[in-house]
Amino acid sequence: MTVPTKPDRNAIARAARDPFSRRKFLVLTGGTGAAGAFLAACGDDEEEDPTTSASSTSETEPASDDPIDMFGEGDVGILNYALTLEYLEAGFYAAVIDSGMFKGADLELIKVIGGHEQTHVDALLATVEKLGEKPAEEPEAQFPLDDAMTILTTAAEVENLGAAAYLGQAAAIKDEEVLAAALSIHTVEARHAAVLNTLIGENPTPDGAFAVPADAQMVLDGVQPFLKS
Amino acid sequence: MTNKTKAAPELDNIEFEAIDRSSFLMKGVLAAGATYGAFAAGPILRKAFAQGGSEGDIEILNFALTLEYLEAAFYDQAQKEAKLSSEVADLAKLVGGHEQEHVDGLTQAIEDLGGKPVAAPGVDFGDAFSSEEAFLALGVTFEDTGVSAYNGAGPMIQSKELLAVAGQIVQIEGRHAAAVRFAAGEMPAPDSFDPTLTVDEVLKAVEPFVKA
Repeated sequence: MTVPTKPDRNAIARAARDPFSRRKFLVLTGGTGAAGAFLAACGDDEEEDPTTSASSTSETEPASDDPIDMFGEGDVGILNYALTLEYLEAGFYAAVIDSGMFKGADLELIKVIGGHEQTHVDALLATVEKLGEKPAEEPEAQFPLDDAMTILTTAAEVENLGAAAYLGQAAAIKDEEVLAAALSIHTVEARHAAVLNTLIGENPTPDGAFAVPADAQMVLDGVQPFLKS
Repeated sequence: MTNKTKAAPELDNIEFEAIDRSSFLMKGVLAAGATYGAFAAGPILRKAFAQGGSEGDIEILNFALTLEYLEAAFYDQAQKEAKLSSEVADLAKLVGGHEQEHVDGLTQAIEDLGGKPVAAPGVDFGDAFSSEEAFLALGVTFEDTGVSAYNGAGPMIQSKELLAVAGQIVQIEGRHAAAVRFAAGEMPAPDSFDPTLTVDEVLKAVEPFVKA
């Protein structure tokens, strides 16, 4: 474990200036086109009604290339994006439990974490429906389940990415209740990431004192290897 | 003043409660340097702060700063006074270093906003350093409380930039909480949703460790 020897008084200012540093996610990216593959894996999503979009308020940003837009507009888009990531996580842990690769305390921990992800899926889905919108569909996924270490490394990767994904959206959420829920899930993902990092012998806080957020493009690139295309 | 905002029913444990200046002050010396007025307003903090603009954000940052001071002092003393295994000592050093960075960063942010950072509170951690178990147990309390404090305050923050920064800090608090819990042999993530705490509840939780 490395410990910073000198406090960096400008860390917040720096972090605020460069909130979407790519340093952490370069290793995860599988190149371009991940968003397209992601869409395909998510099945046929609803198409935006162009008249609705055009007539909606000034919040609509024209010609945005943020891939989160494919999940819907505004908070619904963020919720469906989060739902999709939670589906991936929940599906992953279900497959891990089925694999029979773990037992005892490790299996118990995986069951607890997987249970959290399923609860997140249920809550996000219910919230999108409550808002009168269509929830994202569960993506078709495949995960490496060859051995215990590969599984735990993949789990750590996905959890770190999940935590960074929530962090990347927090400031964009408009509704106070949705924000509160997202923050509450965000730190649970952070807890998962930290314990999984610890289990594979990594630093529980790889970003140091200030976590690095990830935008949707980075996250989708990161999970692309797990999507069936 | 019964106003509360409630999350969707399925996220029922999330709520914000009103606090006012008197309950804030009542909780004692923690508030000594942090009474700039925005807490006098209610019932819903976010609304109160909306009128106060960045003043409300400064209050929240000072609240966070006080907690970070407490945490930083806790790990600093632990490293000097507690007999810790090398693994737990490493963890105390790692986590304590982050808390000090949070103190420095929040102090800077408050000054940048034209506010006055609160002074470090006097602390008394009792017999928390008498054993590794006692240290870890209080560490779990501090980290879990820190997570819930930031998560509770997050939606009240007006500035999107500051909200993003608070998110960057609270994720680290969540990671600390998990790591310290793991070291203590406790479930690193006890809930599907981390509970939120009001300012009042946080102050109550940390009050025993603040020396007048």
